[in-house]
Amino acid sequence: MTDTVISSECTQCETLLRPGNTNCAGCGMSIGLQWLDKALAGDKTYLVIPACCGIVTAGAFPTTAYGTPTAASTFASAAAIATGISTVVDLNKDDHITTCWAGDGGTYDIGMATISAAAERNENLLYICYDNEIYGNTGGQRSSATPEGVATTTTPKGKAEIKKDMMAIMASHRIPYAATLSVAHHADFMRKLEIARRTKGFRFLLMLSPCPTGWKSEPAESVSLIDHAVRSGLFPLYEVFDGLRYRINIQPDGTPIDAYLERQRRYTNSTVEPKILQRHIESQWQYLNGMAKTFPADDERAAL
Amino acid sequence: MRIGMPARRHLSVRVIKRKSPTMGKELVTGNHAAGRTLAMAGEANRKARGCACGAYPITPQTEIIEYLRACELTKGRIVPVESEHSAMAVCMGASLAGARSFTASSSNGLSYMTENVFAAGYYRLPIVMIAVNRTLGPPWNIWVDQGDSLALRDAPWIQFYVESHQDLVDTILMAFRLAEDHRILLPTMVAMDGFVTSHTQMVVDLPDQEQVDRYLPNCDVPHRLRSDHPTTVGGLTWPSETERHRKDLQRAMERVPDVLDEAIDEFENVFDRKPHGILSAEHVEDADTIFVACNTMARTLRGVIKKRRESGERIGMIKAKMFRPFPRKAYRDLLSRAKKVGVLDRNHSPGSGGIFWQEIAASLQGHSGPLLQDYLVGLGGGDVTPEVIDEIIDDLAKRNQAGEPVWKEVAA
Ligand SMILES: Cc1ncc(C[n+]2csc(CCOP(=O)(O)OP(=O)(O)O)c2C)c(N)n1
Ligand code: SF4
Repeated sequence: MTDTVISSECTQCETLLRPGNTNCAGCGMSIGLQWLDKALAGDKTYLVIPACCGIVTAGAFPTTAYGTPTAASTFASAAAIATGISTVVDLNKDDHITTCWAGDGGTYDIGMATISAAAERNENLLYICYDNEIYGNTGGQRSSATPEGVATTTTPKGKAEIKKDMMAIMASHRIPYAATLSVAHHADFMRKLEIARRTKGFRFLLMLSPCPTGWKSEPAESVSLIDHAVRSGLFPLYEVFDGLRYRINIQPDGTPIDAYLERQRRYTNSTVEPKILQRHIESQWQYLNGMAKTFPADDERAAL
Repeated sequence: MRIGMPARRHLSVRVIKRKSPTMGKELVTGNHAAGRTLAMAGEANRKARGCACGAYPITPQTEIIEYLRACELTKGRIVPVESEHSAMAVCMGASLAGARSFTASSSNGLSYMTENVFAAGYYRLPIVMIAVNRTLGPPWNIWVDQGDSLALRDAPWIQFYVESHQDLVDTILMAFRLAEDHRILLPTMVAMDGFVTSHTQMVVDLPDQEQVDRYLPNCDVPHRLRSDHPTTVGGLTWPSETERHRKDLQRAMERVPDVLDEAIDEFENVFDRKPHGILSAEHVEDADTIFVACNTMARTLRGVIKKRRESGERIGMIKAKMFRPFPRKAYRDLLSRAKKVGVLDRNHSPGSGGIFWQEIAASLQGHSGPLLQDYLVGLGGGDVTPEVIDEIIDDLAKRNQAGEPVWKEVAA
């Protein structure tokens, strides 16, 4: 069995993500995974990665760019395979953090039933969705995380439907912790990972992940695009505790959305006017601010 | 619909302690026997990494998972998932983390699970699954038909078909030994007839926990995830490595008969009786005509053959038990001397015929063999009575040439 082709060896595995991985230049995963490495530095981690760019990242047999034990799962099954792993970790008091690292396709679409069930059972695992709003691995098709107006290979004239609100769905499961992550806000990112690390049960983190290949943007602008998405209010940074208590981390500063759209050719032929998007952003914030005001996170849980 | 014994009658695995082996005989349903054997196998791994499984109900398998969910395992957890696809995924995760793992399903549950059934085998994870054979729908039909598990014939799984409750219990125990053996490391499926076996009661010699502990070594998944040796399991490969991966699978399959023989010998040591092996050939030495059947059809066939032999017919049978790996040589050796061979297939591959027939035809390929005729019988749970089998035997006796698979319809 030892020589069977199934496990790729990691030779120098000081870090969770090693140099030599196959990510495109400017990929949000490269930042996200390195920050994850820092945040979990003291912990042993098992990664579960479904079919998506994130597993291609590892490179091909017999080596791997992942410096931590990693299972490449079937597309829909990350949260269920992770359930099996974390169950055995807990039975054996192994003291490992079982982490899913999945794209929006594996989370919002094909993995929806699986993640919902794992959340409902409050499995002890950390689920991070790197949301590049597209099926990157298969060459750029729409997902239910693709925003309205965006051109993909399966929505050549721009997507007609709005983006699914995954945070609301996860919050409705009353999981202990859900939060959004930005690769342009290091301190906020690390703080949320620290809360996630200390929390037991199902933790969901949603990271907007720049994808120059799918977004048709400049690799060097990836971080600034995410910064723009946060400042304009398009991508709110917030946390939900127990699915009921809200905390907003950064309020929009009035930056208009236009330059965010202009810097990505996926929006070039969009029929959705910036002012309509702006209105959608406003109603989203009305809702979020309302929740945060009416149901604020209590200081104890949110202290960090 | 719920026929048979309520699953919640004997719940805790740990309370199953008996004084002497003769007290092990109990009247139980197939589902109950399966649930209890699985639970004892899980319990037996308590000193290693325990057991964890995903489970999802479907008629006629439901009582197995109800039984498992009600068990108190020392170091184990049965996760009540939202689908069969996730049931197998939880099993894969558990196995990847080094635990013993098993599940059960039927019919559309097995087909819904298919992607992960293949994945479990390709990952080389020693998961044991009970398939309670049921017709695939639509149209919906809960009765027995082997088409569900046979649809998974190209998956990297060992497959056994059992004829009785005792055969079921014994085969499940051997399945764990086989699957977890480092020379094999393949998931293993044990298929029984829906209702005919799952919901009827028979007296079964059930083992006790101490015996199961002795029979099953601790489960050790050699390629499990571990921090002291980080690997990425199941990542990308190029064609040449994939070819190697498939050849490894084939070689592991080829080792199954020998390892099974060892498992049978050890079974005799621990339980003091001999379980059935890859197949049972009965009265074949002098037989001109040999019939092949699996599961409870083989039991009915046995009765008919016995009677007809008493009236002087030179007729024998093979009870087919191991379907994967398919023991081609054994069939060739046993069948090539016969004049006529009839295959009873309770399954149907549209556009082709019966699946056992296809396999046997492939086994005899290139040998001047017998007249080989397929009978599609008992599909969708039709009752294959001794009279039906008599008619089939008469049909074969009249033939001097094989034809297309015969649809042998039976009364509802
Ligand atoms: C069951 C199944 N259906 C389809 C695919 C093909 N497939 C692989 S990855 C993928 C899209 C992944 O998209 P996403 O999850 O957003 O991750 P990304 O590739 O963008 O990182 C698809 C459709 C598959 N591997 N398995
Ligand atoms: S396609 Fe997008 S998500 Fe995939 S590796 Fe490239 S930049 Fe990253």
